[in-house]
Amino acid sequence: MELPTQTFRVTRADLVRYAGASGDFNPIHWSDRFATKVGLPGVIAHGMFTMALVGRAVTAWAGSPDAVVEYGVRFTRPVVVPDDDAGTEIVVTAVVREVTDDGLTKLDVTATCLDEKVLSQARATVRTIG
Amino acid sequence: MSLDHSFVGRTYPPTAPYQVGREKIREFATAIGASDPAHHDPEAARALGHPDVVAPPTFPVVLTMAASRQLIEDPALGVDYSRVVHGDQRFAYTRPVVAGDELVCVNTVEDITSRGGHEFLTTRTDVSTTAGEPVVAVWSKLVVRGEA
Repeated sequence: MELPTQTFRVTRADLVRYAGASGDFNPIHWSDRFATKVGLPGVIAHGMFTMALVGRAVTAWAGSPDAVVEYGVRFTRPVVVPDDDAGTEIVVTAVVREVTDDGLTKLDVTATCLDEKVLSQARATVRTIG
Repeated sequence: MSLDHSFVGRTYPPTAPYQVGREKIREFATAIGASDPAHHDPEAARALGHPDVVAPPTFPVVLTMAASRQLIEDPALGVDYSRVVHGDQRFAYTRPVVAGDELVCVNTVEDITSRGGHEFLTTRTDVSTTAGEPVVAVWSKLVVRGEA
């Protein structure tokens, strides 16, 4: 079963807010000068911020903010966030891989930015769907 | 400089307790745009059976990332943080984190491998209450990039 696609817009302001809330102040997430110096194409989103947005998609599909039993991802590609009002977009889709005997639902999740996959092996196990 | 592979299996002493605040959960939820009332309103969280507001699934990284400094800053393990990239992240929950929790992290080095000039450090952080109730197990894989 395929779940409804969810889209999240990410701007520099979001990265600054996430840095403050999470305590991850690595300058690759707010300084173009620093990011390009270490060989990145520009300021990139925190991997954990992308993972958090995908987590929002998962809890929305589950229909409950406390439904997640297990959740893991591999960070495959950085999400570059331009310094403008539009920022960039992360598109999240998922399919139900399995419903276990004890009633848990396992999801295979895909997150893309500009049509490129930014997470791989993204999997979540939730107690409910919908 | 490379990692000391003899650290595989080593467990570090528990970190100082982290007090999960209601406002911190609200701040984190707001930062990721998580607007479900259970993250913000204690009554909505109680309706779901929790004692106070519920943290979003990735919230534990706030404490586990701080706790992982124990390994990253251990000169004997040998992590060059300027070369570190976050590879994988996984959470396995016994229950969600809620405001009022007082949580302790225990870090274990689960695996160290080398491939293609890079090194891969997998850590497991067991997060439990100060009373010893398990809450969430958190795995992180850090990639230490080799000298180009």
